[in-house]
Amino acid sequence: MADRCTETATRPHGDRDSRMGADRAVGLGSPAEPRWRSAARPRAGTPRGRAAGRARSRLVAGAGLLVALAVAAVLVPWLGGLDERLVDYTAVRLPPSVAHPFGTDAQGRDLLLRGFAGLQVSLLVAAACAVVSTLLGALFGAASGVLGGWPDRLLMRVVDTVNAVPHLLLGIVIVALYRGSVLAVIASIALTHWTGVARIVRSEVLSLRERTFVDAAISGGASRWRVLRRHLLPAIVPQAALSTVLLLPHAVWHETALSFLGLGLPPHLASIGNILGEGRAAVLLGSWWIVTFPALLLVASALAVAGIAAWWRDRALPRRRSELGL
Amino acid sequence: MTPRTREIGLLVARRLVFAVPVLAVVAAGVFLLAAASPFDPVYQYYGVDVFTATEADLAATRERLGLDDGVFEQLGRWLSGVLSGDLGTSRAFRQPVAQVVAERLPWTLLLVSAGLAVAVGLALVAGTIAAWRQGGLFDRTVTAAGHAMEGIPPFVLALVAIAVFALGLAWLPVAGLTDAGAALSLGQVARHLVLPALVLGVSQTPWLVLHIRGSLLGALGEDHVTGARARGLSERTVVLRHALPTALLPFVTLLGTRIPELVTGAVLVETVFSWPGIAEAVVTAALAVDFPMLAALSVLATAAVLVGSLLADVAVAIADPRVVADG
Repeated sequence: MADRCTETATRPHGDRDSRMGADRAVGLGSPAEPRWRSAARPRAGTPRGRAAGRARSRLVAGAGLLVALAVAAVLVPWLGGLDERLVDYTAVRLPPSVAHPFGTDAQGRDLLLRGFAGLQVSLLVAAACAVVSTLLGALFGAASGVLGGWPDRLLMRVVDTVNAVPHLLLGIVIVALYRGSVLAVIASIALTHWTGVARIVRSEVLSLRERTFVDAAISGGASRWRVLRRHLLPAIVPQAALSTVLLLPHAVWHETALSFLGLGLPPHLASIGNILGEGRAAVLLGSWWIVTFPALLLVASALAVAGIAAWWRDRALPRRRSELGL
Repeated sequence: MTPRTREIGLLVARRLVFAVPVLAVVAAGVFLLAAASPFDPVYQYYGVDVFTATEADLAATRERLGLDDGVFEQLGRWLSGVLSGDLGTSRAFRQPVAQVVAERLPWTLLLVSAGLAVAVGLALVAGTIAAWRQGGLFDRTVTAAGHAMEGIPPFVLALVAIAVFALGLAWLPVAGLTDAGAALSLGQVARHLVLPALVLGVSQTPWLVLHIRGSLLGALGEDHVTGARARGLSERTVVLRHALPTALLPFVTLLGTRIPELVTGAVLVETVFSWPGIAEAVVTAALAVDFPMLAALSVLATAAVLVGSLLADVAVAIADPRVVADG
């Protein structure tokens, strides 16, 4: 009885191994029908083209929304011809109306102007953060991949250590110690988000340096520096650019969270996080519009960027999704 | 002791040994950041009284707090304090740091575990149904909602929840641990816990749902599932007993790696709901540049992250004999 049990328990594995062997043999000659069902393939009967169409419409929708928001962020404060910092105590917490389409906040500032000015600030700060952290990560990853050996192991341990601290917490500590400057916010976000890029660039460099064109360059007498500059760095540019775009919504998110907590951008700058943070008390008084419209702007821009980034990611690197850990 | 138990024991030991330098480096990093900061802790210590204090007083206080010593001297003093159980005194709370942590940590653990339970429960149910009926209306709704939710920060969710459920419908209290002036009781805390825990849970759900859906779709295509179908087992048994357990293994690992996001979510949710937990203390300490508190909390949060990933790895190693425990 005991023998039978062990036999039935072990058989599936044995069967599986032998079948895999058989498949491999078949696979050499004719392309066998794959035994797995692709997770990406829609259910039977759905044409594959529809998935591609969806991806394209996501791109169009995302790009359209982003362009519209960016144009509005530039044009609304300019066309309005008004100051988003203008305080008017005769018009405090007015609900949306023709004069103030998004209403006014607790200081009587117009939320339409303030929201779009804030969006402009948030997007600029996020773009700076994304670029800085990508550069930092690319530098770190390239150094790690090129040097190899113990410097590589040391640098990767640094990456592990930075990753072990929750990002927002490390950001809060940095901002707390260097309060009230835009630079501190950018630094706090950039210093916590370069690790994903560093990992990707390192693995890319590790695989690139085994390729024949690098061997050819080295046997042609190129120095290590020249190989890095002419052959390796240009090849990681697409990766780095993709990482920048993927980091963008995350950086907006992060900046907004810091400002919301009162630790981010200085209060006179109208960032979305500052508006939401100031609007928290107003929500309790029933002024829902103070939070609603800026939050909608924030979510719309995040979704727009995410749509573009997802399309680009699926197109360029279908397997890279998990590595940035976003 | 079976070889497998020993292997897992070794994994735990190795991770604990690795955790010591990581925590030390984090502490050193925080001290270096503080040393390079333009902020002078004496101002924080005195508050507005700094303008009336004499130079001699300030110098004496500096001497007493050891602010003029080098970074590494201060770090060494702090570390030896930590090893003897003294985390220093929080300047924002005017209490020993250890006492603040001891008072607030249980509330955070309560909130985070309730939030995690909500997130895992929602994700399991929604993810399984979505993968089961792939391409159906429910699947498309869940996937779209999941992607959309990734763009909504937890504090926006929290404000919406307050506006709708606390102010609009008046079902639940707005914030705090108990009603103003009410004594601490189970019913009070439970009522006040619902909204923050739901917000924290829902804000963590999108990644989990999409992950479960993806890995269950992968599992449904595996051999043993095809085998179960071929043996004529009911669809319910096939999905719940054969495919789901395989799909859950990577999910456990994912849960372990999401501790940082949980901490981040807790910071935001506790602040909005004035929940008297440790994450809210982070913000209070940061606003007051309370360095002893910030240093202790950074190390504590890092330890939580390391413990979370260790627990996840141990759980996977116990559940799945194929996993080699050498990480």
